[in-house]
Amino acid sequence: MPQPTDFQTILPLTILIVWACALLLVDLLIPKERKWITAFLAAAGLAVTLSFTIAQLGRSSTGFSGMVVQDGFSTFLNALQLVCGLFSIAIAYGYVKRMGLERGEYYTLLLFSVTGMMLMAQAADLIVVFLALELLSIPLYVLAAFNRMQSASDEAGLKYFLLGAFSTGFVVYGIALVFGATGTTNLASILASTPTSSVLLTIGAALILVGFAFKVAAVPFHMWTPDVYQGAPTSVTGFMAAGAKIAGFSALLRVFSTAFPALAVDMTDILWGLSALTMIGGNLLAISQSDIKRMLAYSSIAHAGYILMAFVPYGNADVAPVAIASGLFYLVAYAVSNFGAWGIVIALEKSEGKGLAISDYAGLGRKYPVLAAAMTVFMLSLIGFPPTLGLVGKFYLFRSVMAGGFLWLAIIGVVTSLISAYYYLRVVVTMYMHEGEPSVTSEFWLDFTWGLSALATVVLSFMPQALFVMASSALLK
Amino acid sequence: MNFFTEPLNLMLFFPLVGVLALLLIPSAQKNALRWTALVASLITFAISLWAFFFSGQYEAANPDLQLVAKFDWITVAGWNIQYHLGVDGLSILLVLLTTFLTPISILSTWTAVEERVKDFMIFFTLLEVGMLGVFMAQDLFLFYIFWEFTLVPMYFLIGIWGGPRRIYAAIKFFLYTMAGSILMLLAILWLGIEGKTFSVPLLIEQGGIPADIQWWLFLAFTAAFAIKVPMWPLHSWLPDAHVEAPTAGSVILAGVLLKMGTYGFLRFNIPLFPEATVKAAPWIALFATIGIIYGAAVSYAQSDVKKLVAYSSVSHLGFVMLGMFALNAQGISGAILQMINHGLSTGALFLLVGMIYEQTHTREIKVYGGLWKITPVFGSIMLIVALSSMGLPGLNGFVGEFTILLGAWGAGMEGGAFAPMGGVWWAGLSALGVIMAAIYILYMFQKMFLGPQGEIVDEVKKHGHPLRDLNWREIVTVLPLLIFIFWIGLYPAPFFDLMAPSVNKLVEALAAVAPMAMP
Repeated sequence: MPQPTDFQTILPLTILIVWACALLLVDLLIPKERKWITAFLAAAGLAVTLSFTIAQLGRSSTGFSGMVVQDGFSTFLNALQLVCGLFSIAIAYGYVKRMGLERGEYYTLLLFSVTGMMLMAQAADLIVVFLALELLSIPLYVLAAFNRMQSASDEAGLKYFLLGAFSTGFVVYGIALVFGATGTTNLASILASTPTSSVLLTIGAALILVGFAFKVAAVPFHMWTPDVYQGAPTSVTGFMAAGAKIAGFSALLRVFSTAFPALAVDMTDILWGLSALTMIGGNLLAISQSDIKRMLAYSSIAHAGYILMAFVPYGNADVAPVAIASGLFYLVAYAVSNFGAWGIVIALEKSEGKGLAISDYAGLGRKYPVLAAAMTVFMLSLIGFPPTLGLVGKFYLFRSVMAGGFLWLAIIGVVTSLISAYYYLRVVVTMYMHEGEPSVTSEFWLDFTWGLSALATVVLSFMPQALFVMASSALLK
Repeated sequence: MNFFTEPLNLMLFFPLVGVLALLLIPSAQKNALRWTALVASLITFAISLWAFFFSGQYEAANPDLQLVAKFDWITVAGWNIQYHLGVDGLSILLVLLTTFLTPISILSTWTAVEERVKDFMIFFTLLEVGMLGVFMAQDLFLFYIFWEFTLVPMYFLIGIWGGPRRIYAAIKFFLYTMAGSILMLLAILWLGIEGKTFSVPLLIEQGGIPADIQWWLFLAFTAAFAIKVPMWPLHSWLPDAHVEAPTAGSVILAGVLLKMGTYGFLRFNIPLFPEATVKAAPWIALFATIGIIYGAAVSYAQSDVKKLVAYSSVSHLGFVMLGMFALNAQGISGAILQMINHGLSTGALFLLVGMIYEQTHTREIKVYGGLWKITPVFGSIMLIVALSSMGLPGLNGFVGEFTILLGAWGAGMEGGAFAPMGGVWWAGLSALGVIMAAIYILYMFQKMFLGPQGEIVDEVKKHGHPLRDLNWREIVTVLPLLIFIFWIGLYPAPFFDLMAPSVNKLVEALAAVAPMAMP
């Protein structure tokens, strides 16, 4: 019999999913030319959920016989996901109208996906992890193919769906093996159990890791990313690059540090290699891109590598809390810069895929100084250069990795940052040092998003204290 | 105390007031933009003079950090980062040099920069904030932020207002410097993790870093600073950056940015890693001596006058490095003074080259000749600056180089820093550099200002702009530099007095940890 505390645990989730279902019906009554109402209603849903999430700060509970938990970690990530959802609506608001994609489902699908991402952060059982994974992914498959008149978008959707299904298969198989070894799918019970076969458990954990490595686009499971990011409508890409990645990492963090700390001996090496490969591969492949969406896609792969660094010391009880906090901090830094950068890509994008080459950014510095300055801030932040949040994030991340004793990983991290400076700077060079006649679409919510992101990226780098406190209090128990 | 009543905070952030004002002025009002930037930098200069000499808060005889402004910045999750500024005898002259050269550089752009004046002035003023921050920061995290930040405005200054190969030069400058900094970042993180603090004075006080680790940390910091100085063989970004940079950029690059590297050695490498410093000293002397001779020889071979001055910087900064790693009071004081001298003389050389370039649009030495007759004021000033750069007694360069050579000689004696390898040879060989400087500088002066009239004189006349002598603005721009060139040359005592207490303290601390460093 469910207790009141069970519902308390999933209160924000419930609100959002009920809101999304209701919006699906309400949308039918909203005339075609007034779909902006749907957007505002969706944003209102996220805002209401956010206020309930924030009200949960400092509390923790478990519900439904330990299937879901609500703790500092989940509250932090849920709040982040909701803010990402709000940003996604803001950048999509004018874009879908301009590109002729304005259909109410866009916003409801987005809400469903955010619900899945939130459930992911709260999952305390592998079955719920699977449920959350599907709930967040399926709407994303549809969203990726939302521009159905464009074959690139269809291709992106199909590719994402096929590879996504494939990776989910890995996760399910991994869950099955873990269940076979331990007789349970509950994360806490897995830790407490004595596995019948440690090999089975290790393989299970590794398969789960592979599945999520697909989701967060870690090398060598990254092949789908550039095509999907490029083909999907840009507003969807921005959402995917932040939300889906954060969700993947929240599951990995939760599952590995709750259920598999005992496997750290084997897993640390694998994670080390995965992280190093992702940083090297993502950054090297980004160098030769001439399309801004592809470049940012590879950049998001590279950043998956940086965030993966935070996992490497997860078995070391002294360092793990700090490392996880640094990973969470970096997720925030990445999400903020990411939305800003995608917002600017949207501002320059024209219909039929024009305005997406890096060379289309020529002359931006002279003609649109504020926008170019904001883009410069995002590029510097992605490099990890002052005065931006990206620097503080990388500093924190490298510090925890070094504190865990992984000096070489930190060296790979800084060297690949140097490589990344080359291609991020190319955008800056094009904006300021080449002549051109760019044209920019200015819409209130879009400008608001990149403006706020740029401001946050700079200001928070001077006052990171509050964010530090939040990230480090968002520890897993 | 209120944040902005602290003299150093006021000095560091006042240029930002200028940036705000610049943002509000429309781009078309070029003169208003220039005046705003100039006035902001002059007020910053005035604040620096007031803070050090008239506020009564700075005591020259005190060897410790003064005018300290600090508060806890990030203290959570094992972090212990402070906002911590302070100035002592090692940095006071460099801070003053920065606030002094900035208005001069801005004045030099009056007619040279016509494109995107607003952006130029904003970047230039931001650059001043970064440079001042580097010289004031006493927390490694804060230092790293300022250190990296200076790259950004300089990158734009070269990349937007530079010469034909400006984009290549700007990216090379950025990536080259960043390559060194990232190694330093790792070393900073190591210190922060092991020392539980990023505060430089606290880390020095704690000491006790094992010798083998000291060596690695020393090398990591050296990577960042040696590229910035630049020490041979890491200098290849410098000629590109200098040649492509606009005049004001070159002045600041040579005058201040390079000093960030030498200052870094002085502030971080030597006190934090004393044992490694002693071990490395003869090796640094080797590279410094090669740099002195190589820089001078390559200077002589240049056909582009700006490149000649750029390579002469490699030579001059070799002297600074040699003096500093002599690790005795003479060598270090000479090195600090030579940093200032190089800022003044090379800054003036770049200014003068920029002034003639503005008229002729060429820097090829061979097209010039007989300029002195046509532009006597320009010729005379150039001669003084050239003589100062080559180290003529009575002018500033001599005092610095002579003190450095004395220090290097002392270090070569029994028990000195260079005794294990090379000994007095470093002093002897680098003295050759002084002679070679005379050769390339006088060669340049002779080709450009003496002899038969060069083809460029008729060339520019044909285009209706006959060569003119310096105008009042240009004279006002270089005059302050000339005053200091003579002042330091004739009566350097006040400058030595400012640095002496801190230098002595540094040398004593070094001697306590590593006794063999005593002269």
